[in-house]
Amino acid sequence: MTMLAEGRPTQQKANLIMPDQNSITTHTGNRALMVDEPLIFEIGSPDRSGVDLPEAPQVASRLGGLERETPIAIPGLSEGEMVRHYTRLSRQNYAIDVGLFPLGSCTMKHNPRLNEKMARLKGFADIHPLQPVDSVQGALGVINELAVWLIKLTGMHGVAMTPKAGAHGELCGILCIRAALEARGDAREVILVPESAHGTNPATAAFAGYKVEDIPANAAGRVDLEALKARLGPDVAGVMITNPNTCGLFEPDMKAISDAVHAAGGYVYCDGANFNAIVGKVRPGDLGIDAMHINLHKTFSTPHGGGGPGSGPVVLSEALAPYGPLPFTERHADGHITLVEEETVEDRHPHTFGRMSAFHGQMGMFTRALTYILSHGADGLKQVAEDAVLNANYILRSLEDVLDAPFAHSGPCMHEALFSDKGFTNDLSTLDLAKGMIDEGYHPMTMYFPLVVHGAMLVEPTETESKAAIDQFIGAFRSVAERAKAGDETLKSAPYFAPRRRLDETRAARKPILVWTEDEDFAQAAE
Amino acid sequence: MRYLPLTPEDRQSMLATIGAQSVDDLFVDVPEQARLNGPIEGLPMHAGEMAVEAHMKALAKKNHAAGDMPFFLGAGAYRHHVPASVDHIIQRGEFLTAYTPYQPEIAQGTLQTLFEFQTQVARLFGVDVANASMYDGSTACWEAITMAQRITKRSKAILSSGLHPHYVSVARTMARFTKDNLSYQVPTLDAATDGQNMLDQIDDETSCVVVQYPDILGRIGDLSAIAEKAHQHKALLIAVVTEPVALGAIKSPGEMDADIVVGEGQSLGVGLQFGGPYVGLFGCKQKYVRQMPGRLCGETVDAEGKRGFVLTLSTREQHIRREKATSNICTNSGLCALAFTAHMTLLGEKGLRELAMLNHKKAVQAADRLSSIKGVSLLNDSFFNEFTLVLDTDSRPIVRQLADQRILAGVSLGRLYPQEQPLANGLLVAVTETSTDGEVEQFATALEGALS
Repeated sequence: MTMLAEGRPTQQKANLIMPDQNSITTHTGNRALMVDEPLIFEIGSPDRSGVDLPEAPQVASRLGGLERETPIAIPGLSEGEMVRHYTRLSRQNYAIDVGLFPLGSCTMKHNPRLNEKMARLKGFADIHPLQPVDSVQGALGVINELAVWLIKLTGMHGVAMTPKAGAHGELCGILCIRAALEARGDAREVILVPESAHGTNPATAAFAGYKVEDIPANAAGRVDLEALKARLGPDVAGVMITNPNTCGLFEPDMKAISDAVHAAGGYVYCDGANFNAIVGKVRPGDLGIDAMHINLHKTFSTPHGGGGPGSGPVVLSEALAPYGPLPFTERHADGHITLVEEETVEDRHPHTFGRMSAFHGQMGMFTRALTYILSHGADGLKQVAEDAVLNANYILRSLEDVLDAPFAHSGPCMHEALFSDKGFTNDLSTLDLAKGMIDEGYHPMTMYFPLVVHGAMLVEPTETESKAAIDQFIGAFRSVAERAKAGDETLKSAPYFAPRRRLDETRAARKPILVWTEDEDFAQAAE
Repeated sequence: MRYLPLTPEDRQSMLATIGAQSVDDLFVDVPEQARLNGPIEGLPMHAGEMAVEAHMKALAKKNHAAGDMPFFLGAGAYRHHVPASVDHIIQRGEFLTAYTPYQPEIAQGTLQTLFEFQTQVARLFGVDVANASMYDGSTACWEAITMAQRITKRSKAILSSGLHPHYVSVARTMARFTKDNLSYQVPTLDAATDGQNMLDQIDDETSCVVVQYPDILGRIGDLSAIAEKAHQHKALLIAVVTEPVALGAIKSPGEMDADIVVGEGQSLGVGLQFGGPYVGLFGCKQKYVRQMPGRLCGETVDAEGKRGFVLTLSTREQHIRREKATSNICTNSGLCALAFTAHMTLLGEKGLRELAMLNHKKAVQAADRLSSIKGVSLLNDSFFNEFTLVLDTDSRPIVRQLADQRILAGVSLGRLYPQEQPLANGLLVAVTETSTDGEVEQFATALEGALS
């Protein structure tokens, strides 16, 4: 057997698996390193603690008669038990540190550890958001420096740093649009959202009190420009567009779209989730965009953490910048940086729409993103976009003979390649291919998204994968796709080798068990 | 370029497979006039690890780190000791670099952790269920208000004067969208709370009453009467907890019949980090679970009948319901939730109660010492680990003066309520287990000096 650079076998031979493996049992039910870990409520005790605290001073308490009398019923573990518990749990997780993570539109790239080290410098990690501004000039410097990079890379006028995630950034951008329209006494009530948008786009517009109308995609997977133009009018506040879009394609008519929206008195919001495909190559400001959030984790490698925290700064055009949220930094000629917040906003910033989170945003993420940006520099970031796009096109062209690729005919993709389940037989679906990939040792690609393609599979390798790693992935993907086309029904029960087999999601939703209770709720669920 | 593995030869060979001459051929959809061909003006080129580290360290050095000097700031962000093992666990790559657990078979580590987190939060708050975390306390507070609006189909929200003013600002910002009618008055420096005033405002138009516990001035009030009055009018009581350690010492909001309890979980495991990322806590009574925003992890079984965990009730969420979703949120604060739950697991009930009493009693000692200073009085009869000193002068210049002497005194109410001149005499002081007697004494001496 030959080995690739990564050290994995090039071919998985079915006959390597012992046929009677499933019939072998162990006393514990565990299998070597595959260990089932009980819940803390099953192993801990309210009387046990992994923390040694000094004794409290002998003074009378002053809790106003509200002393807690009932048990909290939170178990404790010793430090060793705690470390073992979470370490064992961690081994049941796939992560980018474990292998290629081809989630389209989610962008799972290597997370440099220098970023983590810098975020933990006590001068960043151990400072309070309300310290006097003179005592946090370095932290304000990080925010300011990152802001400058984001503005220059996007060719925009200003940036709102406080949004705490991409969807929060969308809300920020829509608020800026609303505030700008209100300032000119123009109460528009419709936001247009193309079909291919992330689900957060329509949800954000609706949450913001707007009516949401769809704009169809054309046969090439792009926004239908004529349909968009036909819908524009005095009731349209703006459009929310994703570029590169969620089919992995650049919107070639972007400038024409912006011009048409502006001519009709509206604003253009761009979902910048996929900025990693064009960073250093295209400035969104040159395309007429008014507001765009940047998911720092996607383009600038802050870790995903199993679901956050995110960070979604929003770059703003000259028209929208005055409306951005508090607080923000201002750098003065002498290098001193001030923080503009309620106390200091005064008359110079009368249009700000106010505050959208308690403090200054995701400072810990800014530190990581700036570290990554400085490591790459302007030249490296351009290479990031080029390699991400190169890798995705390599996957697209290497698999289009075996998998349907709905938009491959219309040219190259950007940072992600889109396939569909067309041609699968015996009712096999995208889900089955995904679960088959788990047995091959991969996290599956994004499934059933974008919605405009039936059985969609969106694959994004990112720029941090080597050619060897991608070749191996292509081999695995091809193999499982061929099985799906041949109608291999064993895929319907995959995965076979994961810590858990297919989990019953319907049962979880029908009778939700969201907290652990003393009386064996598991038995209840299993009924 | 140390993170980029492709060699020039790799690139050439891949381009050949694709059938392209150069990488620019892959950007054909970008109109020529929008392409950047040269470097962007004013931005530096790539740098090695040593150079970047030196740059970042120089920036970090310009900050006064809390641990380097006497430190007494709170107001929604608290400095507690984070055990070393907590940071070790969250730096494990399998947690740190994992994605949202959409493929549950290979994400049981994250999912089981979230299930344990949800249970801990629900028990701490005294409610039936909790979600898998939100961005932070302030945004969770706003989501709770919109949730109450969905449940009651009413739009009047009464915000207590004791609610953190930044949380009020967030609600005001967002109310521009929803046209919610927010009723709010700033606090005063009278010892008496404004509870009666708030009770009087509750009527049949009210969707919710939002009360912070302990409140922004450090006061602890019984919520039972407010809950009762709210429920008489079919309105909901939302309790906001910005210092969860307090709940190791005082009654939970759920015990006083709060319907929704939200909070900021930064105190446990997360650290100050200049304001973020933090972790929003969100719990409620069982009957409202399908109106709850954010992610939820639920228990189920796999194909072999083994217990396992999945994200659930996603039919409320944006990726299914799009514009009809309960919220546009599509993330949680996963890694911070892990830090919170790991710290909580180390503490256990015993440790949390001890930590809470240690905080409280140190605060009692400090309050007595500081209020003995001439020109200083103590606003609160009762408090947890934070209290308000009333000075005979504006506290803002005092705070700046003490910072110059490398003492980070409390938060001036003048910074939190810049439009309310009388409040500027208030100084909010937080004392945790990290403050030593010597530091309290240093603070007291400096304050005496500044006031004399």
